[in-house]
Amino acid sequence: MSESDKKKPNRRDFIITATTAAGAVGVGAAAWPLIDQMNPDASVKALASTEVDISGVQSGQSITVLWRGKPVFIKRRTQEEIDSARSVDLKDLKHPEKDEDRAKNPEWLVTLGICTHLGCVPLTDKGDYKGWFCPCHGSHYDTSGRIRKGPAPTNLEIPKYEFVDNNTIKIG
Amino acid sequence: MSDHEYVPKSKFGKWFNDRLPLLTLRNHLTDYPTPKNLNYWWTFGAILTFCLVAQIITGIILAMHYVATAGLAFESIEHIMRDVNYGWLIRYFHANGSSMFFLAVYIHIFRSLYYGSHKSPREVIWIIGMIIYFLMMMTAFMGYVLPWGQMSFWAATVITNLFSAVPFFGESITNWLWGGFAVDSPTLTRFYALHYLFPFLILGLVILHIWALHIPGNNNPVGIDIKQPSKDTVPFHPYIVLKDLFALLIFLLIFAFFVFYSPNLLGHPDNYIEANPLVTPDHIVPEWYLLPFYAILRSIPDKLLGVIAMFASIFVLVILPWLDTSKVRSAIFRPIYKQFYWFLVADVIILGYMGAMPAEGTYLLIARVATAYYFIHFLIILPFLGIKEKTLEVPLSITEPVLGGSSNQTMAKDNSNLRDNL
Repeated sequence: MSESDKKKPNRRDFIITATTAAGAVGVGAAAWPLIDQMNPDASVKALASTEVDISGVQSGQSITVLWRGKPVFIKRRTQEEIDSARSVDLKDLKHPEKDEDRAKNPEWLVTLGICTHLGCVPLTDKGDYKGWFCPCHGSHYDTSGRIRKGPAPTNLEIPKYEFVDNNTIKIG
Repeated sequence: MSDHEYVPKSKFGKWFNDRLPLLTLRNHLTDYPTPKNLNYWWTFGAILTFCLVAQIITGIILAMHYVATAGLAFESIEHIMRDVNYGWLIRYFHANGSSMFFLAVYIHIFRSLYYGSHKSPREVIWIIGMIIYFLMMMTAFMGYVLPWGQMSFWAATVITNLFSAVPFFGESITNWLWGGFAVDSPTLTRFYALHYLFPFLILGLVILHIWALHIPGNNNPVGIDIKQPSKDTVPFHPYIVLKDLFALLIFLLIFAFFVFYSPNLLGHPDNYIEANPLVTPDHIVPEWYLLPFYAILRSIPDKLLGVIAMFASIFVLVILPWLDTSKVRSAIFRPIYKQFYWFLVADVIILGYMGAMPAEGTYLLIARVATAYYFIHFLIILPFLGIKEKTLEVPLSITEPVLGGSSNQTMAKDNSNLRDNL
């Protein structure tokens, strides 16, 4: 190639660039449905919310319900458990969150029953902090579902939920 | 190699071979010159080929009776075990077959490490082998999910959750893998599709693995380059073929012991409980062949770093040909490497044992030390040893130490008369 060829892109260069660009967009557009088909489908997304009757849950008791294929813990905490969750110094927490922000109604704690480490279901009322203990890799959670010890990086997740009436919680 | 000179004898053979040289390929495979000093550790290539083919055949048969949806999967496995003619045999053969496959592949890999088969000019064979190994782990993992027992379900949950450690995109990736918000029926069905696909990818890579092997030819226990063909080689058929078949026979005896006398020894009883997303079994462990990696994952107290360490422990094997700087291949001539080799074997076994134990107290401490040593072996000891180690003198040919002339007196026979006659 001579000097002038390098400096001036000719029409052929333009056509090659334009064709390659159009081709890349086309391949990308064709590939997207092949990838996106693996994402949660309409029937899975349709099961967005679950209503739970909590009238039978006694103080200190905990129930586990299934929401979108995931376990959700609904725990009716005793005064003692609320106190121990609220008296913790935020500096001692790996993932600092106030219990007041985690439990709208202090008596009821609603969290996903999924260890934030690798997704096992923690055991209720177990572990060094009397909250939850994950048997898979040894993460300890307190009575507010906050990570205190072990490999999990964050607190048990709080799903979107609301009290429909005194006896019903709607998750999702 | 005599590939180019080969001419089929029959007229039809010649006509066909000119159009598709299959007969030339057959001739290459039978006449392929193989070092005459190969020991029984070299028979595992053939054993592994058998394992792959056996898994594919039994797997296709199982696929004819298995149903891959959450509601029916567990039941269909029991249907195979109880109702299908010889279903129990085929399923036990397939399930134990994966363990035997991994047993053979670990021996095959450690044989390479001992005799330096991963070194120049065989790096590409080694890397293809590592890709095969990685695909094997993925295939075995997805196959383990298919019975949809408690261990299946929670193995799928824990392993797919490894991807949730990815910053920012973690959740989107796991939801994409699951086809939902947790492991469920869509996950099972796609794992089934991929479990069916991957063995054929492995088969393709095995063909490349053997092709790449046939360019430089086999390494051998002495680890030296040999002329091919020469007095140092024998044709693959019948010498190696029959030796491989004999080794396969012994291997099948062990295989049959597991299939017929303790088919569930390597499994986990919890996998005979149907998957329940609300209850995690008290102690979940992966299959034995994944335990060392599981121990590495658990020994790091940080989620993301643990996942990175686990993948790094495999990646470090891929770049091994460039970490092991020694020009001498075989550990026979590397007195210090030989010791570190056995330390590594012990280290991997310790990691495997710790992977099966609960991650706490002394177990966790030992697992951490063993994890650190694993990386030290590959990243520090091997590069350093290649420069510093004083290796023994390597013979010029396989025949040389036998016929005399080696500086290594124990290997040299006094054959001066014979040499004069030659």
